[in-house]
Amino acid sequence: MPTKRFTCSLNNLEKISDYVTGFAKQAGLNETQVYAVQLAVDEASTNIIEHGYGQECPNRIDITCDVQEDGLKVVIYDDAAPFDPETVPKPEINVSLDEIKPRGLGIFLMRQMMDEVNYQSSLDTGNTLTMVKHREKRKTKQ
Amino acid sequence: MEIQTTQLKRCTVIKTSGRIDGSNAPQLSEALKAITAKGMKNIVFDMSGVVFVASAGWWVLIDTQKTCKPSGELVLVNIEKGIKDSLNLVGMGSYFNTFDDLTTAVGNF
Repeated sequence: MPTKRFTCSLNNLEKISDYVTGFAKQAGLNETQVYAVQLAVDEASTNIIEHGYGQECPNRIDITCDVQEDGLKVVIYDDAAPFDPETVPKPEINVSLDEIKPRGLGIFLMRQMMDEVNYQSSLDTGNTLTMVKHREKRKTKQ
Repeated sequence: MEIQTTQLKRCTVIKTSGRIDGSNAPQLSEALKAITAKGMKNIVFDMSGVVFVASAGWWVLIDTQKTCKPSGELVLVNIEKGIKDSLNLVGMGSYFNTFDDLTTAVGNF
């Protein structure tokens, strides 16, 4: 599985997107699904840079793309402080313009855009975010 | 990020292209604040060349909408399908009037 290393900079977001887009197309995802992958990976990477590392720095954001039989698996590794997406409150959506608050939207988008989102953290390997997008919704097992 | 601003009789048209993400959303924010600071609250954002909008970009547009209303409004034109779908998915589509062509959008004011 190809892995590419990016440094922690918002200026790398477009390069990250280009990298993942190539594999998303290779995996046979349609236009809407490719956009979903682009958005999820962008939000994840932005969170790592802005909230994980907290600043632009030389640290790594490693991205592995695995073209699978039924879609694409993207794994993002970083060494920022451990971060559990489950602790982030869901954004209040469908509220009035005055009430909407800019928080938690990135993680919400990742979960909405991808079919599977899984986060793990360990001292040895750092943070690992795994996201999967299927070409078609999986049938429920009989 | 190149941002074009055109002042018309009843509204201001702003246009950019490419991606709007965490790296350049602050630049878009500055451009929009420069417009609203002059008291121009009727704004048309021509998104025909925009291919991607991350949440950082949506917050800029929402902030602008809050500034414009109720005396004016920020409207969006020519939004690419994937972008529009993601906007609606998170329930933010209702904050903006959208148009399929610039003439109709400008005529709205």
